[in-house]
Amino acid sequence: MKNERTFQEEVRRIYKMLISLFLLFVITGGSLIYYSNNPAAFDFKKKAETTPVVTEEVDEDRIEDGIHVRTGLKDDEGLMVVINNCTNCHSAKLVTQNRMNAERWNATIKWMQETQNLWDLGKNQEIIVNYLVKNYPPQKKGRRMTLSDIEWYELEN
Amino acid sequence: MVYQVNLKLLGYITLALILLNTCILKRRDFVKQATLSSFATLIGTKIVFGSNMVNGYTPIALQDPDPFKLFNKNREMVVLNDRPWNIESKAHLLDDKITPNSSMFVRNNGLIPESIDVDSWTLTIDGESAKAKKTYTLDELKSNFEQYTYQLTIECGGNGRAEFDPPAKGNQWKVGAVHCASWTGVRLRDVLEDTGIKDDAVYIGFHAVDQHLSRDPNKEAISRGCPMSKALQEETLLAFQMNGKDIPLVHGYPLRLVAGGWPASVSGKWVNRISIRNKVHDGPKMNGTAYRVPCNPVAPGEQVKDEDMCIIESMPVKSLITYPKTGAMINKGKKLNIRGHAWAGELEVAKVEYSIDFGATWEDTNLEPPANRLAWQHFSASVDFPETGYYEVWARATDQSGTSQPMVLPGWNPKGYLNNACHRIAVKVTS
Repeated sequence: MKNERTFQEEVRRIYKMLISLFLLFVITGGSLIYYSNNPAAFDFKKKAETTPVVTEEVDEDRIEDGIHVRTGLKDDEGLMVVINNCTNCHSAKLVTQNRMNAERWNATIKWMQETQNLWDLGKNQEIIVNYLVKNYPPQKKGRRMTLSDIEWYELEN
Repeated sequence: MVYQVNLKLLGYITLALILLNTCILKRRDFVKQATLSSFATLIGTKIVFGSNMVNGYTPIALQDPDPFKLFNKNREMVVLNDRPWNIESKAHLLDDKITPNSSMFVRNNGLIPESIDVDSWTLTIDGESAKAKKTYTLDELKSNFEQYTYQLTIECGGNGRAEFDPPAKGNQWKVGAVHCASWTGVRLRDVLEDTGIKDDAVYIGFHAVDQHLSRDPNKEAISRGCPMSKALQEETLLAFQMNGKDIPLVHGYPLRLVAGGWPASVSGKWVNRISIRNKVHDGPKMNGTAYRVPCNPVAPGEQVKDEDMCIIESMPVKSLITYPKTGAMINKGKKLNIRGHAWAGELEVAKVEYSIDFGATWEDTNLEPPANRLAWQHFSASVDFPETGYYEVWARATDQSGTSQPMVLPGWNPKGYLNNACHRIAVKVTS
């Protein structure tokens, strides 16, 4: 008899435990469904707060695979001088698109000083031009280049 | 026995709960990360001095961070420069007979105006050779003068610059800096004559509201023009519509000078003043090496003095294969239908030929007459390939004076203008 009572108590205890687990399951399941319909509900941070967080999180001058991520310029001696002097008025894309020797980069700087309000670069000019000539030298193209970067595709006609 | 069964059940339920929770946590984590980095990802750079930003303020770049959305452009277009905005099209995107906005290249020397007050917009005609100084509102232009619509080819003087060797300075355009849209407006001639042109008039120069890159209010980004003979042509318009709608902001809303067949820089955007000059206009980008080529041919890379550079006027003969897109693979025995457009500045195109053997032999294409003077013309052909293998289809246009496109690069010039070398597409014929 004593054994039977113990057994019944045991069953009741497990029964209660199962009930609470079931309730927990329903709550979790319900939350999951609510969440999938409304993902923002669990994002307890207000949107407005996230903006400054971003700026703290991303390194302004992050370098990945030898490339300065923000500008696309190659990481080399003189990089920051180039960024500070050459990306104020125009995008760095105008720099990376172009290929010139020292003489023509210098002539371009002179033109920008004469017509585009570029300041006197002082000693930095040599650092900038050395960086540009080393990292963005002219490429030989000849009179007509071979077609490259062709994406082949089946044409139905 | 029952005890054991219940334990087992309990185990399963716990396991299920753990799985569910992990699932939620993972997604939560993902959403959090995404929210945190979304602003930075959208601009493609970090926000400098972002910590000083007022709460709730959205930076201009973020208001519409995507240039393709911002300017309604096809996503296959190529951004050459984002300050100033310069975006290039591709040959296969220019297949339409009348180019839609979505495929039109974007060229800027300065900064696109941030706001346009169309109600207070005026156009002033002045200059040494204007009989008076006169100002027109947009409504006056639209109602006082007859309106005309023309399809006009506008090509950037530097289209094709990327191919020059030694490389030329500037945005490295490949083939896509050309379009032929339908423009509606009033004739510049009618407006100039209404103001009055003195006998000593030589040139017109436009002035516009786009800002200089340095944001210096005393500097104009670009102020070019054309000789009176071009200004007085029937097809030279002060346009307020493109393809039947208001001109998109990036293409010059609310008023654009349109001079088909000449370098696109003559077709000034956001124009609010036109000066009738008694000498060649001397605004920014008229002098030095800008939109000029050596008056006499020079060797590649040669130094050219400013006084030996001449202003580009009519653009040279050129063509583009717009279908199929380069890289087509077809089965042997099948014909390949090609098509495209050809234009020749002030002139008409007399014929377009194609070659599949690098210019050893040429075949004629079917060439349509232009919709109007200065509109590009459409060509088409059906091409047979004798064997399997790699081919290039080359197109060559010839203008009415007998001048053809060169197969190699034309004369080198310091700024890499006027590259009208034959366009070609790659084709593979497989068995």
